[in-house]
Amino acid sequence: MFESLTGRLGEVFDRLRKRGALSEADVNEAMREVRVALLEADVALPVVKSFVDSVRARAVGAQVLKSVTPGQQVVKIVNDRLTEILGGEDGAEGQEIDLNAVPPVPILMVGLQGSGKTTTTAKIALRLKDRDKRKVLMASLDVRRPAAQEQLRVLGEQIGVATLPIIEGQLPVDIAKRAMQAGRLQGADVVMLDTAGRLHIDEAMMSEARAVRDATGPHETLLVVDALTGQDAVNVARQFKEQIGVTGIVMTRMDGDGRGGAALSMRYITGAPIKLIGVGEKMDALETFHPGRIASRILGMGDIVSLVEKAAETLEKDEAEKLAAKMKKGEFDLDDLATQLRQMKKLGGMQGVLSMLPGVGKIQKQMAEGGVDEKIINRQEAIIGSMTRAERRNPKVIHASRKRRIAAGSGTKVEDVNRLLKQHMQMADMMKKMSRMGEKGFMRSGLANMLGGGGGRPPFGR
Amino acid sequence: MTEKKGWFARLKDGLKRTSQSISDGIVGIFTKKPLDQETLDELEELLIAADLGVGPAGRVVDTLKKTRFGKEVSPEEVREALAEEIAGLLAPVAVPLAIEPAHRPHVILVVGVNGSGKTTTIGKLAKSWADQGKTVVIAACDTFRAAAIDQLKVWGARAGVEVMSRESGADSAGLAFDALKSARERNADVLLIDTAGRLQNKKDLMAELDKIRRVIAKQDPTSPHSTLLVLDATTGQNALRQVEVFRDVARVSGLIMTKLDGTARGGILVALADKFALPVHAIGVGEQAEDLQSFDPKAFARALVGTS
Repeated sequence: MFESLTGRLGEVFDRLRKRGALSEADVNEAMREVRVALLEADVALPVVKSFVDSVRARAVGAQVLKSVTPGQQVVKIVNDRLTEILGGEDGAEGQEIDLNAVPPVPILMVGLQGSGKTTTTAKIALRLKDRDKRKVLMASLDVRRPAAQEQLRVLGEQIGVATLPIIEGQLPVDIAKRAMQAGRLQGADVVMLDTAGRLHIDEAMMSEARAVRDATGPHETLLVVDALTGQDAVNVARQFKEQIGVTGIVMTRMDGDGRGGAALSMRYITGAPIKLIGVGEKMDALETFHPGRIASRILGMGDIVSLVEKAAETLEKDEAEKLAAKMKKGEFDLDDLATQLRQMKKLGGMQGVLSMLPGVGKIQKQMAEGGVDEKIINRQEAIIGSMTRAERRNPKVIHASRKRRIAAGSGTKVEDVNRLLKQHMQMADMMKKMSRMGEKGFMRSGLANMLGGGGGRPPFGR
Repeated sequence: MTEKKGWFARLKDGLKRTSQSISDGIVGIFTKKPLDQETLDELEELLIAADLGVGPAGRVVDTLKKTRFGKEVSPEEVREALAEEIAGLLAPVAVPLAIEPAHRPHVILVVGVNGSGKTTTIGKLAKSWADQGKTVVIAACDTFRAAAIDQLKVWGARAGVEVMSRESGADSAGLAFDALKSARERNADVLLIDTAGRLQNKKDLMAELDKIRRVIAKQDPTSPHSTLLVLDATTGQNALRQVEVFRDVARVSGLIMTKLDGTARGGILVALADKFALPVHAIGVGEQAEDLQSFDPKAFARALVGTS
């Protein structure tokens, strides 16, 4: 939906072909685009301003490397700064929840209504139990939302984590005290206190949270934030920080298609590290935070790492192994090509693959304009499907009359068949060269092939 | 209980924080001087900070520029002009949710992403219709989230409304089918179908919504008569994507925006009106049943920019 920053900057710098240091005027123009890109990604305005200022200072006078365009250079500077801020001063990745205190360690969960506190509480409890082998007790202090306490109890049952028995009518502070007491008696390592969702401007509710904090002295106070949050993130962050104190942030719904700019706003305003991200509805869908990936996502530059990971997930292991074995012998027939086409479709088709790559906004546009569409993959599959087994195994036997038959059978033209065969030959050549690289090399290069990289012309281009 | 405030006062209370910061900003920029580009830029930023989005904020400010550029303007005039412009954009989408008495029942499917406030909104709608003497049935088709059914049952008890449910994990389409059957037998006025929250980029979960539609259409081919998308006011630009996908897959017929009682600006509604022109039926400004208000574009726009 949004044009990527690389695309935007590309247009700005298309006009500036000169090389050398980035001038102030170039940078100012670029920064306008950066500003819009960040705003479209829902980074809060005050954060955008301060961020852009800090980047501008770095970018002016920066040498443009020979091999990149000025636009790419600026994106690099922006991306680095973004990663730096998201990751914190030390750039430390994946700060975990700190349990370094006298057990039972109290962890307080706070946030707005509907941000995902209860689900996140259970996810963290499961993670602490399974990964860190801790004994966890969960307690819901939410006496406002109907059945909220029941929700946590059910989740506790599902994940095999104890919950504090519900006593109707008890007030949040008393529940919290009872939870700590029970935690001590049961020998729990961690007590997780899930609070009611509250508005940061709701005086009564905020002072209730303070009272719970003072009664339990939480070692961690985690602010749970919906990754789809817009400009309001800055107010939420400020209020929760000032009124309750925040030691860490958990971003939920990172599996959505939001750009996640709220992560930057939160980090900037609270200064607290983003510790974990929620990436799905299942109880184990909780991951360590990687600043670099989120930086790319905010900038809309695609996410090569995610692409590679997704590819690894989607490619069936057997098929990949089979293919790898064949390739070791330098074989790559049309059946293998068909397999690759199928896998590409699983990755979400060409649009899906392209959307994860940086700097392809333009290509996507050209593809749409040129009428290149997903059907090409289907057509190529049809062509292969119209061949005999012998032809697929040994494409060399396909001469004119066979080509005509295949074209008729697949509803295509002889040129289409030719193009496919040529493409297959190029790929087969490349595969032979790669056969020395081993399995890991195969994964990477196989991908590159599907995507039209790896030196040759794009296999699906015209 | 304190005295009951009128809906306008409640809406204004709800939007007060929002309008406060915008109007503070405007007052800060203007002290009766010629409207210049710098001022317009700052004005644009104020709208962006209200989640209008870069494009719509720019267009609103452009209109202002065309009519007022270079003229001596006061803060009040700018606010008036802004409110007028925004109200104008919102006016076409302010359409109340009408229950069609011809439908027995009028079937309303409620959809949205997780945590947007579907269940609470259904509770409020059920309460308000039940108070008007309508027979309402709720189908608790969020069979995924733990205790979602219990949450609805509490609302059902408050409203005196029957809540149909099955055990957790049951097939939601099957439940919707049975609920419609039962609502028809009882000659109910309204059937509200709650669904599990889902992110719009989850294809499988979205397909489930289509299944619910197909299954209930077997009994009443015209149903669901309304499909409401519940949007959280704190949501940023992703709301555009939510509306687009839910509209395409679940054929959303109208929107309800919740959580406007915080500092969230809800300016995204302007962007949504501009792009999709889907009716906005109501807004939520609090946790109580009466905090679901019908959407009044003038009041909304005036409250948003801080005009009294």
